[in-house]
Amino acid sequence: MSEKVILDLKDICKTFNRGSVNEKVALKNLSLTVNEGDFITVIGGNGAGKSTLMNAICGTFPVDSGRIILGGADVTRLPEYKRAKYLGRVFQDPMMGTSPNMEIEENLALAYRRGKVRSLMPGITRKEREFYREQLSRLGLGLENRMTAKVGLLSGGQRQSLTLLMATLKKPELLLLDEHTAALDPKTAAKVLGFTEEIAAENNLTTVMITHNMMDAIRCGNRLIMMQEGRVIYDVCGEEKKALKVEDLLQRFRESGGEINDRMVLS
Amino acid sequence: MFFDALPGAISLGLIWGVMAIGVFITYKVLDFADLTVDGSICTGGAVCAVLMAAGVNAWLAVLVAVIAGALAGLVTGIFHTLLGIPAILSGILTQLILWSVNLKIMGQANTAVDSRGSYVIVTQLESGWAILIMFGFLAVIVGGLYWFFGTEAGCGIRATGNNPDMSRAQGINVNLNKIIGLMISNALVALAGALLAQYQGFADINMGRGAIVIGLAAVIIGEAIVTRISRNFAVQLAGVVLGGIIYYIVYQFVIWLELDTEYLKMFSAIVVAIFLAVPYWKKKYFYKFSKKRKYQSGGDINANGTHSSSGGDNPDSDVANMAESSPQGGQGNV
Ligand SMILES: Nc1ncnc2c1ncn2[C@@H]1O[C@H](COP(=O)(O)OP(=O)(O)OP(=O)(O)O)[C@@H](O)[C@H]1O
Ligand SMILES: [Mg+2]
Repeated sequence: MSEKVILDLKDICKTFNRGSVNEKVALKNLSLTVNEGDFITVIGGNGAGKSTLMNAICGTFPVDSGRIILGGADVTRLPEYKRAKYLGRVFQDPMMGTSPNMEIEENLALAYRRGKVRSLMPGITRKEREFYREQLSRLGLGLENRMTAKVGLLSGGQRQSLTLLMATLKKPELLLLDEHTAALDPKTAAKVLGFTEEIAAENNLTTVMITHNMMDAIRCGNRLIMMQEGRVIYDVCGEEKKALKVEDLLQRFRESGGEINDRMVLS
Repeated sequence: MFFDALPGAISLGLIWGVMAIGVFITYKVLDFADLTVDGSICTGGAVCAVLMAAGVNAWLAVLVAVIAGALAGLVTGIFHTLLGIPAILSGILTQLILWSVNLKIMGQANTAVDSRGSYVIVTQLESGWAILIMFGFLAVIVGGLYWFFGTEAGCGIRATGNNPDMSRAQGINVNLNKIIGLMISNALVALAGALLAQYQGFADINMGRGAIVIGLAAVIIGEAIVTRISRNFAVQLAGVVLGGIIYYIVYQFVIWLELDTEYLKMFSAIVVAIFLAVPYWKKKYFYKFSKKRKYQSGGDINANGTHSSSGGDNPDSDVANMAESSPQGGQGNV
């Protein structure tokens, strides 16, 4: 496989509420290189900095120091909406990724225009609708028959599946998933995760997926990283990763002084 | 006598309908409670009246008034997005600025428009004509907005108001869209002000006082009427205009009953407050039952029809937390 670098993080630091009693160092000189085609799962305890890492990549807030190179371009100072060109995102909260008062097809049309200048051309065309219908039918949720329904009427699982489709409708350089199945019941979560893997494999998407489920973290993807206190403390790929057991991860976790919680062990 | 006054009430309702459409764009589409309108409606009237007094063509005067309104929206937009001032406060600041600006424009507290001249677009001396002309204006406005909010750019503005997080993730420039929406809205409000000045024959520094409440009342009445009929955007806009007309018919009715019209603003405000409270209380009541199922519903069940926006104990996206719709930036959300 060619080793084209999609994302290169160099010495990223981020401290929240600097200088106040609530000061919190969330990322400590974090460096990470993501190659094309990588599917990386990210684990770590609560407050380890996983979401902060993802938000730093997206540009939700500026980082204090370090460089973020995305798709060969230095995006460190680029605002969030401009970085969106490179990124597909699914949030943990199913409410966050879609526009509830807009129709399913309108949401898809918005996503299809990610990274494009929004002109005075029609917001959605007839031709697109056919394409969306096709894509929606792959979800197997029957949404292809409800394309003009408001997204606010959908269940959490349906919305999360739709968000995933929106994130990948226009192929992103990098797909970022922040515990995107955590708010769903186990059955729905499994379904959405399955669809995630399917889409990623089919389009050879470079993916970073945060999860609390260690079994999923081991099973999915080709590389696993563990975070602790704003740092990557473990980075493993290939055969070595496949051979991992949940106990190994727990062991590492304990060694680094992390606290184990139920959510990490139970699937 | 009540029926004699109806044409006047209807034409006033139509003029305020233009204003209410402006309020609809900020309040409903952008989810931005914009108080600039109390000032920008007067700016529209003042600019129009002063220009016409100087002999400028009525249409040109209206055009300049519209541009002035857009600029007022721009100021509020900059306060909010660039300077990070909360939405309500941004509007209030601009409103205050406009108070001085409007006085300076007119040079006094009011300016007369010579409505006997043939060059006035609408006048209360000919309510019948005024109604017809206003229908023309509204047809163009509703048609234009219907088209615009269906374009890529317009959809971006709708998404911005509906879910800014999602919008940013989809590459939409949220700040720019808010500014554009505010400019369109205040341009319409100033248009209403210019037409109102022509219609009543003068612009007055107080003509915009409480305008936001009339606008909101029209939006609410309109929504109550058309919501069951159609979700179509053009129908919703037409509903807002209808709301404006109903408001002024009720107003006329109150006058006819010889009730004290000085209470009317208070009455309007209370009615608006009640209508704004209804969805909040409804949600709160429903929420107790739907809370547990919030995220659990399976992928193949169509559950949670009740909460359309991010549910919760807060009066999301409704007026009670309008002050909170703070600008983007800061530490984001984790
Ligand atoms: N916007 C913010 N303002 C202040 N502190 C924050 C903010 N976002 C995150 N933090 C803090 O930074 C630390 C890292 O948070 P982060 O959300 O990245 O953790 P996480 O690894 O995603 O945890 P979880 O598994 O609970 O989602 C936490 O201590 C958190 O309280
Ligand atoms: Mg997190």
